[in-house]
Amino acid sequence: MWQAFVDLIHQLIPWFDGGLADVVIILIKGVALILPLIIMMAYMTYAERKVIGYMQLRIGPNRVGPFGLLQPFADVLKMMFKEIIFPSKANIYLFILAPILAFVPAIAIWAVIPMGDGFYITNLDVSLLYVLAIGSVGVYGIILAGWASNSKYPLLGALRSASMLVSYEIVIGFVVVTVVMVSSSVNLNTIVADQSGGIWNWYWIPLFPMMIVFWISALAETNRAPFDVVEGESEIVGGTHVEYSGMCFALFFMAEYINMIMMAVLAVLMFFGGWHSPFEGVPYLESWFAFVPDIVWLLAKMSFFLFLYLWIRATFPRYRYDQIMRLCWKVFLPLTIIWIFAVALMTQLEIGPWF
Amino acid sequence: MEFTSVLFYVFGLSFVASAALMVSARNTMKAAMLLILSFFSAASIWLLLEAEFLAVTLILVYVGAVMVLFLFVIKMLDVDQSTLRAKFTKYLPLGIVVAVIVIAQMALVLSAGQFGLDAVAEPARHAADYSNITELANLLYTAYVYPFELAAVLLLIAIIAAITLVHRKGSRSKKQNIAEQVSVQAKDRMRLVSIPSGKRKESK
Repeated sequence: MWQAFVDLIHQLIPWFDGGLADVVIILIKGVALILPLIIMMAYMTYAERKVIGYMQLRIGPNRVGPFGLLQPFADVLKMMFKEIIFPSKANIYLFILAPILAFVPAIAIWAVIPMGDGFYITNLDVSLLYVLAIGSVGVYGIILAGWASNSKYPLLGALRSASMLVSYEIVIGFVVVTVVMVSSSVNLNTIVADQSGGIWNWYWIPLFPMMIVFWISALAETNRAPFDVVEGESEIVGGTHVEYSGMCFALFFMAEYINMIMMAVLAVLMFFGGWHSPFEGVPYLESWFAFVPDIVWLLAKMSFFLFLYLWIRATFPRYRYDQIMRLCWKVFLPLTIIWIFAVALMTQLEIGPWF
Repeated sequence: MEFTSVLFYVFGLSFVASAALMVSARNTMKAAMLLILSFFSAASIWLLLEAEFLAVTLILVYVGAVMVLFLFVIKMLDVDQSTLRAKFTKYLPLGIVVAVIVIAQMALVLSAGQFGLDAVAEPARHAADYSNITELANLLYTAYVYPFELAAVLLLIAIIAAITLVHRKGSRSKKQNIAEQVSVQAKDRMRLVSIPSGKRKESK
């Protein structure tokens, strides 16, 4: 059916040897991915308020709709009708550019993320590197917001958060190197395909320390508690977001949550077998769970990691800034480098059942 | 015209335009952003040339790391535009001479008939399963392994040199021993004393 649809588009738009038709198809795929993503992000905010609410013995939002389920839409409407205030001394172009630069990379990453077997927008050969590269562009949103606001709290928040992001990017890069060494591919599709065959074939067992390091660095990369130095409400009122209001602020907010979902998916793809069922190769369970589609497994594993975000936020107090830097440069970086050597040795000597 | 040619002209145009605007921008921050745009355009052109590893690396290294550090420096420095522009006319003749020399050199090299389809045959398009990164890795780790390692060591030396230049002992550093702070126990910080409570005065 999809092929028939593609052929139809090609017949309707014959320009540029069918090139324009391909672009239209990619756009349709993009919209089909972004719309659920945005809805997911909206309900992530609801889940966050509900989960943290119950953890703190509160109820959370319960006024708009049944169980407060329409709360995200109320928030969106409020954001859309709020006035956007531009500080008089702000650099207006960069001030507007900053939230866009935070939001666009967060969306652009999803072009290469596979959500199921053969279910992706594009199968880029270097997709894992692409994720890293585009993810590192998101830091400009924070830097520019801090600078263009022309205000001291945003500048402080931007400075410390930007240096934190750049540092933890290095750690994530090293973790990705170990994954690439184990699967000998930088293509996310191949990495997931290599993990087929039950829960003990997933990379979280051979790369267990790297999985922990990746997840903590993912918390830092998305500016979430306990690494939320960019906002730090009790220290610098709201960090880079102080001068932003209305949709400009909402773009930062959406970028943060979409990045959270992206990091959860990345953790699942790299360490938890992507869309593979955990029961592959188990005698009876495999056939019992055979009816479950790929994407359900992916979404289930991803939801666990998203819950982990909220759980951690409700549990840990904020790190002090120098402790964040120590954790990155003096703990994680040596650990990952040692583990790269270990994986290289194991691969070379063919030790272990995994490689 | 193929669609990829359209894309090439779009990216080429944005590459040249952003580079030109970058040089002429008055605001340092704006210039840096335009430089990033030109990096992106160059990466897109490389993608069209099937060099996806190079394209992604350009963004990862230059946009993701180098330009971030640049912006840090720009933010920290209080650059006064008027002092930068004060001697503009004084240096203008020298600048023009340098620019003319550079353009002449480029024109000599580029118009010598070493480039273009009549000098170099058009490279064949690869199939969809061609892996650019595998080919590069095969070359880098076999034929060019010594230059590659040498470059890595050179970079390491540069890092060590930069750190030793900046690192000074006993300066204004307010370094803290975090291991000590983390391993602190309640009994190190707090002392419980029992003070005998006095008798309350009876009020009349």
